Amino acid sequence: MKKSNIIMLIAVILPLGLFLFPLWKITLEAPQYPTPLGMYIHINDFADANPHDIKNINLMNHYVGMKYIPEAIPEFKIFPAGILITSLIGLIIAFKGNYKWFLYWFILMVVLSGAGLYDFYLWEHDYGHNLDPKAIMKFTNPDGTQMGFQPPLFGSKNILNFRAHSYPRLGALFLGLGIATSLIAYLVGRKNSKTTEQ
Amino acid sequence: MKNILKPVAAFVTGLLVLTSCNNSTKQSNSKSGALASNIAEKVYVSPGEHDEFYAFISGGYSGNLTVYGLPSGRMFKEIPVFSQFPTSGYGYSEETKPMLNTSHGFVPWGDSHHPDISQTNGEIDGRFIFINENNTPRIAKIDLQSFETTEIIEVPNSAGNHSSSFVTENTEYVVAGTRFSVPIPQRDMPIKDYKGNFQGALSFISVAPETGDMDIKFQVLMPGFNYDLSHPGRGKSHGWFFFTTYNTEEASTLLEVNASQNDKDFIAAVNWKKIEEYVNNGGGTMMPAEYAHNVYDEHTHTATSTIKKEVRVVNPTDVPGAVFFLPTPKSPHGCDVDPTGEYIVGNGKLSANLTVHSFTKMLDAIENEKFDGEAYGIPILNFEDVLAGTVEQPGLGPLHTEFDDQGNAYTTFFISSEVVKWKVGTWEVIDRKPTYYSVGHLTIPGGNSRKPQGKYMFAMNKITKDRYLPTGPEMEHSAQLYDISGDKMELLLDFPTHGEPHYAAAMRADIIKERSKKIYNLEENNHPYAAKSDADTKVVRDGNEVHIYMTTIRSHFSPDNIEGIKVGDKVFFHVTNLEQDFDVPHGFAVLGQNTSELLIMPGQTKTSVWEPTKVGVWPFYCTDFCSALHQEMQGYIRVSPKGADTPIKWSMGEDIE
Ligand SMILES: [Cu+2]
Repeated sequence: MKKSNIIMLIAVILPLGLFLFPLWKITLEAPQYPTPLGMYIHINDFADANPHDIKNINLMNHYVGMKYIPEAIPEFKIFPAGILITSLIGLIIAFKGNYKWFLYWFILMVVLSGAGLYDFYLWEHDYGHNLDPKAIMKFTNPDGTQMGFQPPLFGSKNILNFRAHSYPRLGALFLGLGIATSLIAYLVGRKNSKTTEQ
Repeated sequence: MKNILKPVAAFVTGLLVLTSCNNSTKQSNSKSGALASNIAEKVYVSPGEHDEFYAFISGGYSGNLTVYGLPSGRMFKEIPVFSQFPTSGYGYSEETKPMLNTSHGFVPWGDSHHPDISQTNGEIDGRFIFINENNTPRIAKIDLQSFETTEIIEVPNSAGNHSSSFVTENTEYVVAGTRFSVPIPQRDMPIKDYKGNFQGALSFISVAPETGDMDIKFQVLMPGFNYDLSHPGRGKSHGWFFFTTYNTEEASTLLEVNASQNDKDFIAAVNWKKIEEYVNNGGGTMMPAEYAHNVYDEHTHTATSTIKKEVRVVNPTDVPGAVFFLPTPKSPHGCDVDPTGEYIVGNGKLSANLTVHSFTKMLDAIENEKFDGEAYGIPILNFEDVLAGTVEQPGLGPLHTEFDDQGNAYTTFFISSEVVKWKVGTWEVIDRKPTYYSVGHLTIPGGNSRKPQGKYMFAMNKITKDRYLPTGPEMEHSAQLYDISGDKMELLLDFPTHGEPHYAAAMRADIIKERSKKIYNLEENNHPYAAKSDADTKVVRDGNEVHIYMTTIRSHFSPDNIEGIKVGDKVFFHVTNLEQDFDVPHGFAVLGQNTSELLIMPGQTKTSVWEPTKVGVWPFYCTDFCSALHQEMQGYIRVSPKGADTPIKWSMGEDIE
């Protein structure tokens, strides 16, 4: 097996780490929560950082009319299927494919990940802006528009008495590494093919 | 009569002289300026920081146990044990009423005395704390994960359960010795026939190693003395228990005089391992007895009370070599064993000196059968044969001794209001410091174990007088914290305590802190009337009983409108707190409630009974400020006349649309 194909094989296997480790984490800090509230987002699940955190996030959020964090969302079915399909494609490419296919796989993964991130942003936006009109507390921005409670997509932000942090976790790192490795596989493959041509 | 009064008067005058002598030292002790701020730093725990030690101070006549931090002296919690406690509904809620059941019926008050923390290998392990009830003899176990009373066992054949609840070094037994001897079994007889007819029961309550479940394994029926205090042997003397006695005269009237006649009373040394072996081989007899055993189940959040019908008793003369008497001068009160287990200090409260017995010498005297007669068939050892040494003229009215990790002992002197530090082995007095005023017990963290943590000592005083702003004729008692890390004791802090700070157990905070429970898991709530979500809420009529399955969460009750209740009904509010967040209890109270409010912890179910006597629409509400919308956490219950046909109805949020 060619060196580039071996690298490609590694690239394909790495994103499977998503099934082992969380993709993302949102943390909410406030003075009355000495242990901050936290929520892990896995490829197929929301999970408490500490026992009952999601329940307590829901309880806090209901004051401003935010919906309860759902038990499951359609993405929890679509994303794992997507990863499995792209992995299968990747495997075929790693064993049979020309190095050019490595690049196509790389592009596919970047596009899909981008779409995933955008979907995540939309979900967050809806979660933070689509508020119950009967909310117990109503807050407006200085310009008079209704205040949103969307956690940041990436980074940290103050939301009322909370400071919200949103950062990728180990699962995302595995995905990123896998994608990056496929690009390396492509570059190595191209270099090798040029050498053989000479 | 006059003949008796004269020496008493002279004695009291003597005390007054000594007491006033002592007060003159008060001036020189007051610190100010830089020195005072230096002391303040030693007890200062910055906001948000935690204390280094937990102190569990008995509430005496309040029947409870209070939790303090050291060195700050801040009070954290009051744990109800033997008394009803309207703050939380303990002893009022249906689930906790059985905790206060006894063979005499429901006893809503107790007199708690000596807390002692469970031990493993002679070291404090912080799993449980035990405490005795003096008046209606009981022993309670408090779980130090939840800081709740989880078991209470009544002690039959006992009266004035004072020489308890001390634990052996692997928590094999909690002991419960009787202060008052009584007829066993109880019967109608002339009091003047006390002598020779009354008996004192020393009860050995076994503690199951894993669960902590208590059971009275056996009682030793001793002569009719007063068994005042006790202490387990440790290290080399592990397997023995020591009890001080007074009234070896066996008087039944005017004991202040009649029980102070003998020059020496006894310390009873009991080889419990020997008796345990005897009992394990079928020894002793089962005797009819009636006593309650109350157990709180953390999963059903409910206590059950079982009345037991018999107890195993042992006649000490049936187990040769198990019980001996050590003569000890004058009405010894405290009975304290040093961390090595070699020395047994008998604090003769009417004696000028402090007597210390040697365990090694005691064994030697027993081996060589050097007896000085017997009492009711129990051998009496020779005073000189067992004496290790005497602390000469240390003060007036020695009561209790504790030990540090440097081989020093600290004894309280009630009459001269002071703590005296002396060296174990040389018996020389090293230091003395006044206390304010009339000190009873003192505590050193870990002092009751083989490994005392000799950094602090605190004295618990019976009289407060001018120490704080006056609060009318009644003052809370006080405790005084001393730094004992140096040669000289240094008074650091003076803090009020709640009830009577009779005795305390203290230990390093870290062990307990890490294991402390934050919530009850809702999934593990097996209360038969729990509603684990709003969908489970309902109102069920059963004859004239109505059961309301209710939930609380920030910031509403479900249901919050209830109809169909009638005058004469017995309404059970079963309230489940759905919260799963640390320190978010909800309260419950309904207008005209004849019991008490409830405080329901996250994940817990508690039940309050309400028997409405008046027609109307009555509000109920949350009594614990729980959230920004706490005031809105309320509901109504409609009460119709007796015989009305108002249907049962319940709802929450229905009219909003
Ligand atoms: Cu509330």
